[in-house]
Amino acid sequence: MSGAAISFSGQLINLFASVILLLAFAMLAQRRVMPLINLFALQGATLFLSTVVVAVSTGQHHLYWSAGLTLVLKVIALPLILHRLVRRLYVKWEVESLINIPTIMLVGIGLVIIAFNVALPISQLSDTITRGTLGIALATVMLAFLMMITRTKAIPQVVGFLSMENGLFLAATSATYGMPMVVELGIALDVLVGAIILGVFFFQIRDQFDSLDIRHMERLKDL
Amino acid sequence: MDMDFFVLMLAIPLISGLLLTVVGERAWAPNLNIIASLGTFLSSALLTVGIIANGPRFAFGELFFIDSLNVLFVTVTTFVGLTTSIFSGPYMKNEQEHGRLTVPRLRLYKSMFQLFMFTMLVALTTNNMGVLWVAMEAATLTTVLLVSLYRTPASLEAAWKYFILCGVGLAQALFGTILLYFAAERVLGETGNALLWTHLIDVKGQLEPTIMALSFIFLLLGYGTKVGLAPLHNWLPDAHAEGPTPVSAVLSGLLLNVALYAILRCKALADGAIHGGFAGNLMMGFGLFTLVVAAFFLSRQKDVKRMFAYSSIEHMGLITFAFGMGGPVANFAGLLHMTMHSLTKSAIFFAVGHATQKTGTQLMEHIRGLMRINPLIGWALMLGTLAILGMPPFGVFAAEFMILTHAMKHHPWATPILLTALGVAFAAIFGKVQPMVFGETEAKPLPHAPAITPVFLHLALVLMIGLYIPPYLTRWFNEAARMLG
Amino acid sequence: MNISGLLAQLFAIVMALFLAPLLTGWVGQCRAWLQSRTAPPLLQPYYMLHKLFHKDVVLAHGASSLFRVAPFVVFGCMVLACAIVPTLSTDLPFAPAADTIALVGVFGLARVFISLAAMDIGTSFGSLGGRREMLVGFLAEPALLMVIFTTAMISQSTSVATIVETLAHREFAIYPSLAFAGIAFTFVSLAENARVPVDNPATHLELTMIHEAMILEYSGRHLALIEWAASLKLYAYSCLGLALFFPWGVAAGDSFPAMLAAIPLLLLKLSIGGFLLAVIETVNAKMRIFRAPEFLGTAFLLAVLGLLVRLLLETRV
Repeated sequence: MSGAAISFSGQLINLFASVILLLAFAMLAQRRVMPLINLFALQGATLFLSTVVVAVSTGQHHLYWSAGLTLVLKVIALPLILHRLVRRLYVKWEVESLINIPTIMLVGIGLVIIAFNVALPISQLSDTITRGTLGIALATVMLAFLMMITRTKAIPQVVGFLSMENGLFLAATSATYGMPMVVELGIALDVLVGAIILGVFFFQIRDQFDSLDIRHMERLKDL
Repeated sequence: MDMDFFVLMLAIPLISGLLLTVVGERAWAPNLNIIASLGTFLSSALLTVGIIANGPRFAFGELFFIDSLNVLFVTVTTFVGLTTSIFSGPYMKNEQEHGRLTVPRLRLYKSMFQLFMFTMLVALTTNNMGVLWVAMEAATLTTVLLVSLYRTPASLEAAWKYFILCGVGLAQALFGTILLYFAAERVLGETGNALLWTHLIDVKGQLEPTIMALSFIFLLLGYGTKVGLAPLHNWLPDAHAEGPTPVSAVLSGLLLNVALYAILRCKALADGAIHGGFAGNLMMGFGLFTLVVAAFFLSRQKDVKRMFAYSSIEHMGLITFAFGMGGPVANFAGLLHMTMHSLTKSAIFFAVGHATQKTGTQLMEHIRGLMRINPLIGWALMLGTLAILGMPPFGVFAAEFMILTHAMKHHPWATPILLTALGVAFAAIFGKVQPMVFGETEAKPLPHAPAITPVFLHLALVLMIGLYIPPYLTRWFNEAARMLG
Repeated sequence: MNISGLLAQLFAIVMALFLAPLLTGWVGQCRAWLQSRTAPPLLQPYYMLHKLFHKDVVLAHGASSLFRVAPFVVFGCMVLACAIVPTLSTDLPFAPAADTIALVGVFGLARVFISLAAMDIGTSFGSLGGRREMLVGFLAEPALLMVIFTTAMISQSTSVATIVETLAHREFAIYPSLAFAGIAFTFVSLAENARVPVDNPATHLELTMIHEAMILEYSGRHLALIEWAASLKLYAYSCLGLALFFPWGVAAGDSFPAMLAAIPLLLLKLSIGGFLLAVIETVNAKMRIFRAPEFLGTAFLLAVLGLLVRLLLETRV
């Protein structure tokens, strides 16, 4: 046993991955919009650092590119877009009500346990130094999913969606040192375009519903 | 020579989509839309002929791969794309005169339609499982804009649901793709080829079964969301009901197919890695469940487009079940059913589009006497409904018959479930369409005459295949079914 | 067990008894500086204790013997806790008894007694404080146990001495799990020691107080013992935290020179820790009592995450 077997960069990567998981929980519990966006940016920054460490320690050059992509997209561009949106939609002080944080946290812990169990047999097959973080990546995806389910406001839902993408990126880095470049570029493009389209969407939703609360959206039902 | 057609097929929708964005709404824009779709269809047809004659081939290095399986999907896609663009010309003009759409929206519609075609064609022809995901996500983004075209509260709600649910679904698919890459890299090494399907299929027996099983579950859940598999189907009726009718037609007729195609490619890999029919059983279970759920939801629908959306879910369930059974016969039946469903369902949506425009409502209890308003539309809806319900002599009947007999032979336990679900669906749909077609009404004629040709073209094709499948087509379908293993 | 071991143990206890009020005074002084107030003298807690020991005890009419016994029990518990937490050395005669779970039990025993005593008189403040104390304790204890399990998993033992020895003598490595556990431990310590943001030891504002509400009826030497016990508790928690997360410099044997050498380092660590505590108390506002469950829930969450991360990342076959 014991940590002596893990190299220093491996320890750093584990640390960053743990921080990403912690930030996912923090986002789950954050009721206000602006701090939520900042937490998302912080998660992106941690992801960037972790990718850089992986790139340095493994000498995989294309990982520098994906790290740069993360930095530009998730630390700078997307938070900026979201900040602008929040200001222009006048929802800066919006507070999410009706969420029972302790219960959500307990569900979150349950999800983490499930994710770790699912990932464990797979990560044991891997020989990358990042293999342990696959479970954390899956847990982050699931927590972001939980966040999207529990939120009733549009912007937090989108932040959850983007955070899910962070988890997927972490999964790609941890299992296989990143996807082929063409795929990663495509994913980044999709995320960016998606965020812009959603930005336009927010204005339309607010114009039609006078609010970004998606609880107003319950006209379409089957029963 | 074939490759030029391939490039043309991808380039035409991309360029015309961008062009339609840039130049704005002109008098000739609808014609450009039709011409572009025609060009795409012709080049895909010529590509198809070449592929069937000369066998599968690559394009742009190994980035694209076309065999007789995906060329079938491509042909159906471009053909329905062409007829939809013909249909949407007068339809959209009517919408504009009703004041439901403005000029900038029409421009958005046309450019997004072409870009949507482009993303689907990329998804169908790419050899790279990662690019497949990217193209699927891009197709989602373009259709989100199409669904929300009317900007009414209901359409925004539908588009939002569509985006969130499919976004989450596709995130699962991406995770599955990552796991697939992980499994492949252990065999193929870090060559960058590890996501190329042609390489994967060569080494499918060596892929780690544990990883592949998990990967396939995620991929099935992810792409299954887009296929509309229950219980992940919630977005589908909303998006179909609230978007413009041409969009409903391409969603039902094409997008679901493309998502299904993605699952089929993954299944081929999973089958090679995992023994004991794990992937097939999973698909059969999901397909059957979807079929039953959709059949029982059908009877509760009041909105005509919603009802036919549930009918799409039902058929997708049946097709998934067929592919889940596997083997040459079931795969043949699945492919045939998929083709027939695309043609029939888009024809029905064309007819429904005109019907709702004439009566000004989508509520079935207010649509009456289509036979009196316009006999052509009345007959189109009636025949289309009969075809989609699997009445002989239409092609859907042939496909359903093959699926049922195959199920009886190999999975007899499933037969009663299949028959019950199909019976319930028949009763629900027919009971609601009949009074819409025959009945009393006093609606006024429309300013622009409807484009009825596409409807009957589709129905004629479905009828023809129901009566007689040309040997050329049989060979092609058999070849494609063989690809699926 | 030999005589020198006993002497060393005795020395550690005596040092705890005398250092604990000093730590309380130091924290108070740092707080005053940070809040730009005139600081009370460093030895203020000693003056307090001295004054209180020379005052008569006033007992409420309805006070039962439990009320009179409680201060002694609490004080005894805290002395025992200070004796088994490794402060200067890990190899003292009491070390075999120093099981972490037992330690949590000792703290729990003290809590039960002081809450019962608070309710014994029957005043509204007493029972209010007692109930609140139990609420906090009920939430803090599982979190504390989780923290301890995390560290116990690293060292494969629940004995404090073994944990400290393992942690102090491993090669340097980053343990994300320990970081999580450390933050969780800080949260729990703040709550358990009635510190801002959960409670404010310097207030008698009736709606917010927890610990002070329980001891309102005490006077004279009883109050002195309870105040001293509170100081000892802070000292014990600080030493436990230092031992678990900054274990370097604790002597391994029971030889006096080694223990004497460990004293300056301990004083340094304690003074830094006390200063940080004062900083935390200054920058945070006291939260409403109903937020306390959320605060401690976070601590529990962190501790569980630490445990899970430990299982996932740091175990290798």
